[in-house]
Amino acid sequence: MSGQEKNEGVPAIRLHNISKRFGSVIANDSVSLSVRHGEILSVLGENGSGKTTLMNMIAGIYYPDSGQIFVDGKEVMIRSPKDAFRYQIGMIHQHFKLVDVFSATENIVLGLEEEGRYSLKRSAKRIREISEQYGFDLDPDKKIYEMSVSEKQTVEIIKVLYRGADILILDEPTAVLTPQETQKLFAILRRMRDDGKAIIIITHKLHEVLSLSDEVAVLCKGKYAGTVKTAETNESALTEMMVGKKVTLNIERSEPKDPQDRLEVKGITCRSREGVELLRDVSFVARSGEILGIAGIAGSGQRELLEAIAGLQHVDGEILYHNPKTGQIDNLCDKTPLQIRELGVRLSFVPEDRLGMGLVGNMDIVDNIMLRSYKKGKGIFLERSKPKNLAEQIIRDLEVVTPSASTPVRRLSGGNVQKVLVGREIAASPKVLMAAYPVRGLDINASFTIYRLFNQQKENGTAVIFVGEDLDVLLALCDRIMVISSGRIAGTVDARTATKEQIGLLMTKNTTDAYADVSQKGGAADAAQ
Amino acid sequence: MMWAGFLQRAIMQGIPLLYGSTGEIITEKSGMLNLGIPGIMYVGGIGGVIGAFLYEQNAAVLNPLLAVLIPLLCSMTGSLLMGLIYSFLTVTLRANQNVTGLALTTFGVGFGNFFGGSLAKLTGSDVPSINLTATSAFFRTSLPFSDQLGWFGQIFLSHSFLAYAAIVIALLCSFILTKTRVGLHLRAVGENPATADAAGINVGKYKYLATCIGSMIAGLGGLYYVMDYANGVWSNDGFGDRGWLAIALVIFAVWRPNFGILGSILFGGLYIVHNYIRDLDVSGQELFKMLPYVVTILFLVIISIRSKREAQPPAHLGLPYFREER
Repeated sequence: MSGQEKNEGVPAIRLHNISKRFGSVIANDSVSLSVRHGEILSVLGENGSGKTTLMNMIAGIYYPDSGQIFVDGKEVMIRSPKDAFRYQIGMIHQHFKLVDVFSATENIVLGLEEEGRYSLKRSAKRIREISEQYGFDLDPDKKIYEMSVSEKQTVEIIKVLYRGADILILDEPTAVLTPQETQKLFAILRRMRDDGKAIIIITHKLHEVLSLSDEVAVLCKGKYAGTVKTAETNESALTEMMVGKKVTLNIERSEPKDPQDRLEVKGITCRSREGVELLRDVSFVARSGEILGIAGIAGSGQRELLEAIAGLQHVDGEILYHNPKTGQIDNLCDKTPLQIRELGVRLSFVPEDRLGMGLVGNMDIVDNIMLRSYKKGKGIFLERSKPKNLAEQIIRDLEVVTPSASTPVRRLSGGNVQKVLVGREIAASPKVLMAAYPVRGLDINASFTIYRLFNQQKENGTAVIFVGEDLDVLLALCDRIMVISSGRIAGTVDARTATKEQIGLLMTKNTTDAYADVSQKGGAADAAQ
Repeated sequence: MMWAGFLQRAIMQGIPLLYGSTGEIITEKSGMLNLGIPGIMYVGGIGGVIGAFLYEQNAAVLNPLLAVLIPLLCSMTGSLLMGLIYSFLTVTLRANQNVTGLALTTFGVGFGNFFGGSLAKLTGSDVPSINLTATSAFFRTSLPFSDQLGWFGQIFLSHSFLAYAAIVIALLCSFILTKTRVGLHLRAVGENPATADAAGINVGKYKYLATCIGSMIAGLGGLYYVMDYANGVWSNDGFGDRGWLAIALVIFAVWRPNFGILGSILFGGLYIVHNYIRDLDVSGQELFKMLPYVVTILFLVIISIRSKREAQPPAHLGLPYFREER
């Protein structure tokens, strides 16, 4: 294949009407796109819009249900990652696949059946050549466990280049990088493009799309929304394509009754272990009798924010809790998670993996409810009767479909697991209820049950904080929506009057500003070379 | 020269441990924690005994080559079957590795004792042991001039071919693990099977091969013990706790077969040092027999505190591998 002449007019890779479904969920619905050699294509879309699934089909991890893939104008079948390599397609996944105790070289040659004798020295030499060609900065003998995230990503990229990849797919490569590292990566990607490689980059960051790519293909909820030239578009046009048309949902929404400040977050900042800022100077107020929505692209700091309030994450700043019983104001930053829970602040964290953080899969519903009350009761014996009554009440009230209260929760379907989790947190009649993505993976009916629960809590005077991803739901359910972007508050809007486009733009606003000066510097550096 | 004799005995004591630990290192490098090694070494021993017994009973005149080859093949077949049982249960059926390994040890020891007792009955002797001195003599053939070279000959040249083979195999395994593509792939399977799988390495195949080859190497330790160390006399439970000591040696050798060579001699020496200390009563002897284990525990503490990444067990050791499916 490599010896073949590259025809200028023929796309390096072209997808035609690709569809893929998982069970009843349609991940991709007849998507078509193409990218030529010497071109960077961005695949843009919100979380869950099917970007990664689509790329995984090119990389041979999934096989499409229908549609065709053409490489250099010829139709191909890509059934495994090995096939993908044969067509010189290399994918850099979001989660790195590296062996920690191996050196960069060992990781790069792993699984490769090169001709001739096995020699790490020779391989290291070639890695140095590739590094020099594209401007990577990598020590081939360095062990992976000594590397930063950005260095690990470099290893992954060199791994596919070493195998002679001509078509590179990068799945959200900047999600884990600092702005400086991002800028460096982009410079390298531009150099690769100029070298004639076809590059596809998956992202949901508008500013990256605009500064890097030649064309943008937009996906919206699994559907292909079209491809546009980057030069002929702008942020608001892309946002409109990305969020799609407004869908009206019939969720009842009452006016907040007697709202009072309940939780006051003042200037909190949080850093990851790598030193990347996850939250920066976040301030807001959550009021009783109100649902505060938090919108934002996944990984913008929502998780850290909720964990900070629940006392699970160390942050700088102040989180003030206005205790309605005593009238006192407590700073939650000084308290342990248990003390915070005692105050009535409940985190019904319905996380990416429901069973991971909220419930124990092998235990039954009663035992899972007892996880919250095991400190109650006298002596060394557990008190089981009250949790059992509560479990039965939750099953009845929330219509949990389960053979009995003593069924292990891992045997329940996703929606029912979520109902148990939310039901348990609500049962303690919290003063602040936080939930992240509580309806992820649920069907319509189960979702509406959860929305109803939140509305009930709101009417009872609870301050509800709801992190969601579906803008239609946020607009229909919440009273105010706070938009978070790259760990900063991009703005707060009234959910009754705001539009989807407005929120969509806010979701990428702050970072665009922050990026503007970086990219200018980057551009200057590029020009100087 | 008492210390030359001590060293010679230490090496002889260490060789079964070296076989066992080399086999276990190869196995563990693929992420398989085979605690069946003591049982496999038993089966390796009794396999050789059965082969030798049948040959001695049925041949009028013993052919030296056959007298060595038949027990060798029987021993390796026995331990290979044990390795296959283990890999089938843990890789194909995804059974728990610890439970399977311990079951295999129990089975192997029982298997050895059962056939040991049965063969002894066949000979009609009163004691539950089998005497295969004729076969053992062929196994113990050493270099002809070793007894003329004083202490040097006694320590280094007086051993049988299986002892030298143990050292060669250990060095060869070290070379394969660190200097070849196969070794790189094998280590990747033990460290991060998902990554290895994504790189196109057949994880199941590597685990099967490593376990089976490792078992065969370990089984030779049992054979060496019967034919060389015990002069061809099989007695039930005679092999003792050497299998567990071999597993302890894996840790002591920080998963490097070449380190295992010196480690095995050290362990062998510690194991018999009580015989060379005068005026020790029985309880004192038992205390001294603990030494290799104490050393291993201390060593474990030290490497855990230093927490050097290269001295840690393979990251995926003992865990089953499921390919991620959506």
